[in-house]
Amino acid sequence: MDFFFVLVFIGLAGLFVFGGLFASRLLAPHRPNALKNSTYECGEAPIGSGWVQFKPGYYLFALLFLVFDVEAAFLYPWAVVLREVGVAGLIEAGLFILVLIFGLAYAWKKGVLEWV
Amino acid sequence: MGSGWETTTLAERAAEAMPGSLLAGAGYVLLAVVGASLFVAVLGMALIYAERKVAAHFQCRLGPMRVGPHGIFQTVADTIKLLFKEDIVPAQSDRVLHLAAPFFSMMATLLALVALPMSPIVQVADMNIGVLYITAVTGFGVLGVLLAGWSSNNKWSLLGAMRAGAQIISYEVSATMSLLVVVLFSGSMQLSRIVESQADGWWIWRAPVVGVVAFVIFLIASLAEISRTPFDLPEGESELTAGFHTEYSGLRFAMFFLAEFVNMFVVSAMATTLFLGGWMPFHIGGVESFNAVMDLLPPGAWFALKSAAVVFLIMWFRWTFPRLRVDQLMKLEWKVLLPIGFVNLFAAATAVVFGWYFFPF
Repeated sequence: MDFFFVLVFIGLAGLFVFGGLFASRLLAPHRPNALKNSTYECGEAPIGSGWVQFKPGYYLFALLFLVFDVEAAFLYPWAVVLREVGVAGLIEAGLFILVLIFGLAYAWKKGVLEWV
Repeated sequence: MGSGWETTTLAERAAEAMPGSLLAGAGYVLLAVVGASLFVAVLGMALIYAERKVAAHFQCRLGPMRVGPHGIFQTVADTIKLLFKEDIVPAQSDRVLHLAAPFFSMMATLLALVALPMSPIVQVADMNIGVLYITAVTGFGVLGVLLAGWSSNNKWSLLGAMRAGAQIISYEVSATMSLLVVVLFSGSMQLSRIVESQADGWWIWRAPVVGVVAFVIFLIASLAEISRTPFDLPEGESELTAGFHTEYSGLRFAMFFLAEFVNMFVVSAMATTLFLGGWMPFHIGGVESFNAVMDLLPPGAWFALKSAAVVFLIMWFRWTFPRLRVDQLMKLEWKVLLPIGFVNLFAAATAVVFGWYFFPF
């Protein structure tokens, strides 16, 4: 039942956005012309497509994020049951976090974290 | 863990009513839909009004004053104006993705509202994985931003979206580290049980020191995730025009704007639920007369007051801190917040295992 309401709310988001835009289409003026529909670039005619190459640095941060976010998925169940598993769980998670910190330190030393 | 509060959710009531009469179940679904729509619309307008008034008073101005008493209908007027504005879609853009982007942003915001416990009886659904659920669905927001930037076929939009994406996913890691601290202490991911575990004191101080550190990290990381000042570089107007929503106009732009403001509430509500006791009144363990006075205010009002306080704090930041540079932003996350978060998490785990916290169960 919980997740049925999640579905209902996805539908609601659709209703909000598409219903609102439909109402706006009925109420608002709609007179497109070539100049109005051109891409905005401070009044200049844009040179080439907007789909340009961007920094590969974003890719490295995405990779780092992936590592740490998957790690968080492992830590959630650990956090819930830590009281039951006690010191053994603490040591194991400590080692796990330590490995990750080494990973972060390696990335740091390699200069991945520098934004140039 | 019994704290004397009866909690029910809309989903539970609907499940109860469903086998008997399908009509009652449908009624609850309708209640959720109508309630959430009204809530989002009113909250969005109220927050935009509050933002303008707070901004004005910080600068010794009056802010909107003309439409209605003290200008309270100004945002209503603005919404109606946006409804009547032409919806311009650039000819070069990817039309389908351009339309899908505001939907994803709105969806992320609305889905987060499903699990928030606003009072013992006002909560749509109470998943046993509440914390993880909220982290997961708010992640859809970054999809909306990236789609908006890519589909516009505009260099400003693309660069703004890439920056926003890098910023949001980076700070997500730190936010998770601080959420884990609260999960550790309360021993549950269910939001209603996290609130109930704070009956004798809120985790921000009940967890010794680590609670405060986690709260501060969560607040900073959340500000970055919702792109509020000082982390509003994705829409840094002096360098990127308007960032990912440069090519959005009329109601499509309004959807991003509304989602952004309701996100501010979601973040405040999460901070309230996890660190400030949620709808739980302020209690001091054992001092019954004081607790009785505090109980005079209903739980819903406590939740509203605490969230409003955090929202005000977020608005205050905007007039206190200058915007960060993009390299400073990445440095703050990966070289400062994340190491502190790791150490804090381990300290919290140690405190939980050895029972070093105030007012133990």
